[in-house]
Amino acid sequence: MSELEANHAEEPHIVSPKIYAMIAATLLICTGLTVAASYLELGPWNAVVALGIAVFKATLVVLFFMHIKYSSNLMKLTVGAGLFTFLALVGMSMSDYISRAWGSF
Amino acid sequence: MSSIVSLPDQTTARIPKRNYLTNENGILSWLLTGDHKRIAILYLISITFFFFIGGALAALIRLELLTPQSDLMAADTYNKVFSMHGIIMIFLFLVPSVPATLGNFLIPIMVGAKDLAFPKINLLSWYLYLIGGGMTLWAMISGGVDTGWTFTVPLSTHYLNTNVVTTGLAIFVAGFSSIFTGLNFIVTIHRMRAPGMTWFKLPLFVWSNYAASILMVLGTPVLAITLVLVVLERTIGIGVFDPTKGGDPILFQHLFWFYSHPAVYIMILPGMGVISEVISTFSRKRVFGYSAVAFSSVAIAVFGFFVWEHHMFIMGVSNYSTLIFSLLTMLVAVPSAIKIFNWAFTLYKGSITFETPMLYAFGFMGLFTIGGLTGVFLGSSGTDIHLTETYFIVAHFHFVMVGGMLMAFLSGIHFWWPKMTGRMYPEKLSQLAAVVTFIGFNFTFFPQFLLGMLGMPRRYAAYPPEFQVLNVFSTAGATILGVGYLLPMIYLVWSLKYGQIAGNNPWQATGLEWQIQSPPLTENFIEIPVVTQDAYDYEWLERQKEREVTQVG
Amino acid sequence: MDSPTVALHESTHSEHPSYQRHHFVTMAQQRESASFGMWLFLLTEIMFFGGMFTAYLIYRNWYYPAFVAGSHTLSIVLGTTNTAVLITSSFTMAMGVWCAETRRRGGLILSIILTLILGLAFLGIKSVEYHEKWVQHHVPGLRFDAMSFVHPKAEPGQPAEPGLPLDMAQHTEVYFSLYFAMTGMHALHMIIGMGLLIFMLIKAIRGAYDNGNITFIENFGLYWHFVDIVWIFLFPLLYLISRHQ
Repeated sequence: MSELEANHAEEPHIVSPKIYAMIAATLLICTGLTVAASYLELGPWNAVVALGIAVFKATLVVLFFMHIKYSSNLMKLTVGAGLFTFLALVGMSMSDYISRAWGSF
Repeated sequence: MSSIVSLPDQTTARIPKRNYLTNENGILSWLLTGDHKRIAILYLISITFFFFIGGALAALIRLELLTPQSDLMAADTYNKVFSMHGIIMIFLFLVPSVPATLGNFLIPIMVGAKDLAFPKINLLSWYLYLIGGGMTLWAMISGGVDTGWTFTVPLSTHYLNTNVVTTGLAIFVAGFSSIFTGLNFIVTIHRMRAPGMTWFKLPLFVWSNYAASILMVLGTPVLAITLVLVVLERTIGIGVFDPTKGGDPILFQHLFWFYSHPAVYIMILPGMGVISEVISTFSRKRVFGYSAVAFSSVAIAVFGFFVWEHHMFIMGVSNYSTLIFSLLTMLVAVPSAIKIFNWAFTLYKGSITFETPMLYAFGFMGLFTIGGLTGVFLGSSGTDIHLTETYFIVAHFHFVMVGGMLMAFLSGIHFWWPKMTGRMYPEKLSQLAAVVTFIGFNFTFFPQFLLGMLGMPRRYAAYPPEFQVLNVFSTAGATILGVGYLLPMIYLVWSLKYGQIAGNNPWQATGLEWQIQSPPLTENFIEIPVVTQDAYDYEWLERQKEREVTQVG
Repeated sequence: MDSPTVALHESTHSEHPSYQRHHFVTMAQQRESASFGMWLFLLTEIMFFGGMFTAYLIYRNWYYPAFVAGSHTLSIVLGTTNTAVLITSSFTMAMGVWCAETRRRGGLILSIILTLILGLAFLGIKSVEYHEKWVQHHVPGLRFDAMSFVHPKAEPGQPAEPGLPLDMAQHTEVYFSLYFAMTGMHALHMIIGMGLLIFMLIKAIRGAYDNGNITFIENFGLYWHFVDIVWIFLFPLLYLISRHQ
């Protein structure tokens, strides 16, 4: 069955301003949190916390501002494909960089 | 020799008065068109132009290599010639070849749509291609570039005073042309299919272009940013790849090959789609293992992102990642072999006829198999260290790209020529051209495998005298090959006026594109078809014909 | 282009609005194609920035002290303000899309103007930061001097930070190369976005979106949010490296 028929009748979902405002507020709070966290002494966890908050913020933007939460599976898959390829680029490049210093077999 | 060609009675047949070519007149109706078929023709003309420029450069290379000394041109001129040959052939011919011409023309028709999803973006893509092509030509005329097509840093950023910036930006622009083509295809294939046209009723040509489009959309931007960084490094001296500032030149290689390895699948996958169509039509059988062939295209696209480091085994990457990438490289051989085996099984017990597209397709199967198998040599990190940067690798990628892709392109051009123009090409002459191309190709490139095994390095204007015999063979073969490429150019143009009227379906093929008039109407279909038949269903075609006969009778 | 009569026409023939292009069968198909196409374009943008993020990750691990020192020269106040400005502009743009969806012309115009102002504010603050880098000789290639990292100047009231060894100090150039490449590409996207915003503003004032043909606004919204997301990652990666040191 083509997706065309499946999604045929669906009107685009309109997200209410209340949700937008809540998301924006959360994003601003998270910005404050990430600045505060960078002043804490967490060792290697500083980077993890900073990236974790950034990923959380980006997810909120993608899901609500960019309507992915209300979109078809195809759109969700598309976002996933982008993420996957990006991780492939980073991960596979890293396979070289992390093991260069290990020396020969 | 038997033939399946069925042409209408030439005394009464006429090209339909209304078609996409005659619908509007004047140069502006072409330059501002949104019609995917006209854009395909524009692309066809432009890539043919660049193909012959690239071909002329190849002729210069082979002439220079006729003798061991660098006597025809100085060594740095030779560097410029082979760089430009690579840049033009890869970015301006092979990447857009099948997708932008045949794909543009056929994909909307094959899925049963009136046009691609974004006609204006399609036109924009052609203009970007022209701008990129123009800039490349300008770079060539105003002094050339001698980085090789790979723009290797720090050579390109620090040690050359040739037109690296112009060429880099040209490729950047041409890259966006390719991105927009791919984007358009993906949206069209997902969203514009006719009622009843499910994924597994799509012709395999659509599947393989879909896979290539994914690579275009996801791979090309990485090349774009890499070139931007190279240009910035060259112009204002930022330090991302510059080892004197702490940058890593190998990072450039990672980013460059992250695109440029998938790029070889961008080039070959649409060609494989052509071969699927041609093999099925001329053996009158459904492609054996349809879904395996379809999924193997997608598998090639996905695996394509995980193997790029095999271009870098000798560049100082870590042993451990060499091991991983070498293993992953072997994976790509699996879907490629699935395709070759399935085409062979399609031929088995088929009613095979030997029209020109089929001859080219046989050429593809043989040459691509050799090219692919030698790729396994190069993917194994041990033999790669001996063979890389020699003529072995030159022969390998020419077998895949020229023997594979160019054969597929010519096969497709001949196969769909009647649909695109409404006229047949001259059959005997074109069969001759196909055979000449095959012979010339083997003469040109097979000796290069031997040269590589003997250790002749690539990219030098001069070589030790003991390699001369094989090089003379290669140059002699190149002249035969040149004839093989000039012939279609001449007779295809000739056929535009004097070719026989082809009728709707000269090959008795099953695709939707063959069920409409040739050349097609601007809107492709009078009414959007409702698809009930599978792809390559020859019985359905027979029933269709019977029904027409009874209705007319 | 689109005139007010279009809306009238559309209300009488709701089956095929006049802005439906000939090669689409239904309006839903056209709308989905447009937003799918936009998402695919954003995928190319992900990979475009992805190349630089990869480079960042590698060099940050190699030259961590240089990255810390480089990061500490950035103003955290300006950076945080800019993040807030950009998130707010994303919010006003989302509101703009909502106004367009619910056919509120006034609200749409207001949202676009607010987004424009916030975008300009972002670029203004960014240029102040760039200017500061220029003054401090921290622009790689054009105007760079690593000595300020070998012998850092003491800020008034605070003891001087310990300097970096010379070779590590020179690697701050890599940090600043990435800083300028990443924020520069981001700023370029902002500038393109501002151009499109002005284009939309003119069309919105003329009432071109009153008939529900808001594909352009929706797609621009996606683009603008994407630019926001890039900044959401750039901010902690460039400004917030071990601020506690």
